[in-house]
Parts: sequence; C-alpha cells; structure tokens
Amino acid sequence: MDINDLRSIFTVLVFGAFIGIVAWAYSSKRKQAFDEAARLPLDDDAPAAGGGAGQQHN
Amino acid sequence: MQSQATYNYKVVRQFAVMTVIWGIVGMLVGVIIAAQLVWPELNAAEWLSYGRLRPLHTNAVIFAFGGCALFATSFYVVQRTCHTTLFAPGLASFIFWGWQIVIVLAAITLPLGFTQGKEYAELEWPIDILITVIWVAYAVVFFGTIGTRKTPHIYVANWFYGAFIIAVALLHIFNSAAIPVSLTKSYSAYAGVQDAMIQWWYGHNAVGFFLTAAFLGMMYYFVPKQAERPIYSYRLSVVHFWALIFTYMWAGPHHLHYTALPDWTQSVGMVFSLILLAPSWGGMINGIMTLSGAWHKLRDDPILKFLITSLSFYGMSTFEGPMMSIKTVNALSHYTDWTVGHVHSGALGWVAMITIGSIYYLIPRLFGKAEMYSVKLINVHFWLATLGTVLYIAALWISGVMQGLMWRATNADGTLTYSFVESVKASYPFWTIRVVGGVLFLTGMCLMAYNMYKTIASGRAVDDAPVIAPAHAHAH
Repeated sequence: MDINDLRSIFTVLVFGAFIGIVAWAYSSKRKQAFDEAARLPLDDDAPAAGGGAGQQHN
Repeated sequence: MQSQATYNYKVVRQFAVMTVIWGIVGMLVGVIIAAQLVWPELNAAEWLSYGRLRPLHTNAVIFAFGGCALFATSFYVVQRTCHTTLFAPGLASFIFWGWQIVIVLAAITLPLGFTQGKEYAELEWPIDILITVIWVAYAVVFFGTIGTRKTPHIYVANWFYGAFIIAVALLHIFNSAAIPVSLTKSYSAYAGVQDAMIQWWYGHNAVGFFLTAAFLGMMYYFVPKQAERPIYSYRLSVVHFWALIFTYMWAGPHHLHYTALPDWTQSVGMVFSLILLAPSWGGMINGIMTLSGAWHKLRDDPILKFLITSLSFYGMSTFEGPMMSIKTVNALSHYTDWTVGHVHSGALGWVAMITIGSIYYLIPRLFGKAEMYSVKLINVHFWLATLGTVLYIAALWISGVMQGLMWRATNADGTLTYSFVESVKASYPFWTIRVVGGVLFLTGMCLMAYNMYKTIASGRAVDDAPVIAPAHAHAH
C-alpha cells in the first residue's frame, strides 16, 4: 500500500464524516436541541438602555 | 451569585472604536492609490508611491479594520452567548494594545519598503513573531471563555470564530516561515513553485477563514439579533459550518492557473472552488431567510439594511469566485481589473457592510444609549456605501473584461492587436469611476465616525452590564 492509497482512504473517510454530520444535523432527535440552540443569541438580552445595574434572578 | 459578574465590555469598546478609525485610514489609503492610477503625478515620494502604499492599504483594511472588528465582535458574542465574562481580561488588554502596535509598525515599515513580498503577509519577521504571540493570547482568551461557559451548547457563531482563530494561526505560522538575515530582511523558507503554492494556500484561506468564516460568525449573531428572530435553520448552519471547513483549504491553487504549478493541482483547486458555491450559498440563504416573515423590518431599519445587503454581496461574490476559478474563464480574468473588482465586491460589499452594521449595533450598547445619535445618518451611510460599492465593482468589471479581451486579441498573422499600454489608456475612464466609488464609500465611513463620536459624547462607558443566567436556568 503506497501513500496514494492512504490519500484515497482519507478522502473517503472525510466524505463519510461529512455525510455523517449531515445525517446527524437533520435527524429528528436533534430537532429540539437545535431549536433551543437557535434561541441562544435572543435569550441573552440586556435592558434596552445598554445595561444598567439591573438585578437578575435565577 | 452571578449577579455581581459583569460582561467585559472594555476591550470590546476599544476594538469597536478602532474599527471605525482604522477603517477610515485604510480606505483613505485605498482612495489615494486609486487616484495614483489615474493621476500618476501623485506618486510624490518613494514612500508615497503606489508599490509601497498598496500593501499598506490591504493590510490596513484587512487586519486593522477587519481585525479590530473581529476582535470586538468575537469578544462580545462569545461572552453573551456563553453567559459568562471574558476569560483572562488582562490578556485581552494585551491583545488590544499588541494589535495596535502591530498596526502602527505596519504603517511605518511598509511605506519604508520593508517587506517579505508575500501578498497579505508582507510584514517582516519581527512583526510576524509579535502577531504569533498575540494570536496565541487570542486563542487562550476566546477558548478559555468557551471553556467557562454556562450553557451546554456552543452557539454556531462561536464555531465560526473558533475555526477562524485556529486556521489563521496555522496559515500565519506556515506561510511566514522565513530565514532572517537582519532585523529588517528575511527570505522565505520555501522556494519556487512550492513557495507560490504555500503563499496562495495562505492567501486564499486568509479570504476563506479571516474574511469569510469569521464574518459569518458575525452574521450568525447580529442578523438574528437585529431581526429579533432566530436563525432561519440551525441545522443548515451546522452543515454550512462543516462544509465550509472541509472545502476552503483546497481552493488556493486557483490563484496559480497556467503557472508552473502542476496541472492536476490547478484542477483540484478549480473543482474545490466550484464546490464552495454550495456552502457559501447555503450560508447566505440561511442569513437572508432569517428575515422571512419580517421583511417589513428592512424598510425602516438601516442596520438591518447593511446586514442583509452584505449577505447579497456575499452571495454575488461567492458566485463570481467559483466562476472565475474555472480555468477557461480565468484565462480571460486573471491579472486584469476583474480580479480587483471581485475582491472589492467581497471586501466592500460583504466584509465592510456586515462590519458596519454590527458596529452600529454595538456602539449604543457599549455606551449606554438606546440607539445611535442619528439613525438618519446611518441610512445616508448605507446609500453612500451601496452606491460606492456598485460604482467600484461595475467599473472594474468593464475594465477587467476589456483588458482581458485586448490582451488576447491577435491579428490574422498572429501578432498582438494591441500593445499593453493601449489597454492601460483604455482603462482610465473606469479607474476614474473607481475613485468616485471609493470616495463615496470613504465619505460614508466619515459620517459613521461623526455619528459614533456624537453617540459616545452623550453616553457613558457601560461596565456594569450583568451577566445574565442562561434561559434554561430561568425555567427551573
């Protein structure tokens, strides 16, 4: 086996990894988690005036 | 317990203000060199000559303007989406002052003629080492902040910023490897076609990771934020990220079509450049469609206009790029103004506009105001920037195609129809239009500086923005 076989195997592995990522991203199990993740920037809100010393609650 | 913790806005503020200032400096140098092409008499002294100022322009707009914008926004976004304050604030301060020193050193050494002669990597080796140190500090602060996050998930914008930090470190170290012969002179560690290939592996990924991936990080935070809607498809953003990462690294050879580079390498570069259209457009659609159902917001929100227009230019230039990487198209476009126009479609239309929109979003929040001093001026700025960009790229499309056609034209007996200088002469009107476009864009930036000054003058530095607990913590 020479280096070109390794290169071919690597290319196929990377392609397989990408297909895996697509399948993972679009699997229905991940839907809720991704919907929550998409809200991340919107749920970081500060007071409109640019953040006074408002106390927040947990 | 978290109520005492505040976001570190100081370094964000410093970088945000310097973004506007370096933007004006870099674009002013751009206008000067554009004018030098029309009026060669403006090459008044050797340190003011086109060959010395052109790398100053590219370094200033990419690394000073773009760089400061990326530091400002990445430090802001990573804190807010991770619900934690910045890791190692002392190191963040070092990054700010270190980066400013790099910029000043560039502004001194490049006009004096000290250069490694590598495009977008002209700075000599002592400055390269300083950049490396700063970049390692940047990685520590950014990934340290991610490591101390209060959310289980790492938001997609941070993935893009993170990839940018890692890739740029890799590119900078390999491409800048050189053998110093004195404090101000060094020779590349590579020779011949390998040197050219490493240079354009660097050069194209500087575009791919510095000017694209990182600014997509900006897009994934500021577009949803300004539109007040989550990103169109988070799943698409995951695929977008990995597709872009897997593909970009291979596209560099398209800068070396029809050179001593082996043919197969050129073809690989071309094929991967064509594939790049898919992730690029996936990202653009994801950004623009975020406004789906809320298009009316575009009517009266000039910040959103900047952000969405930037995505349109991103789509345009990422269609144009793969097309120009096709060897037969490249045979016409290479070495002409078309390339320069293409770069500016990305640089002015995409990079600068998304930056401007994001900085307009940030400034009021960093200085305790509800909005910028004048929203009307933002709108004027938007139209100046758009008109300037369109004039610039349209002029260079025409001159570029014209140059390519004139250079390849032959008479029946096989001799060239035109001498080179005839193509230069024919380009003058378009170069003049380019100057006008550049002046419009620069004028817009000056309005931005005024607007920023008035906002800051009546505001206060916000250092007490409390770190907010993540949403899932509220639920319990």
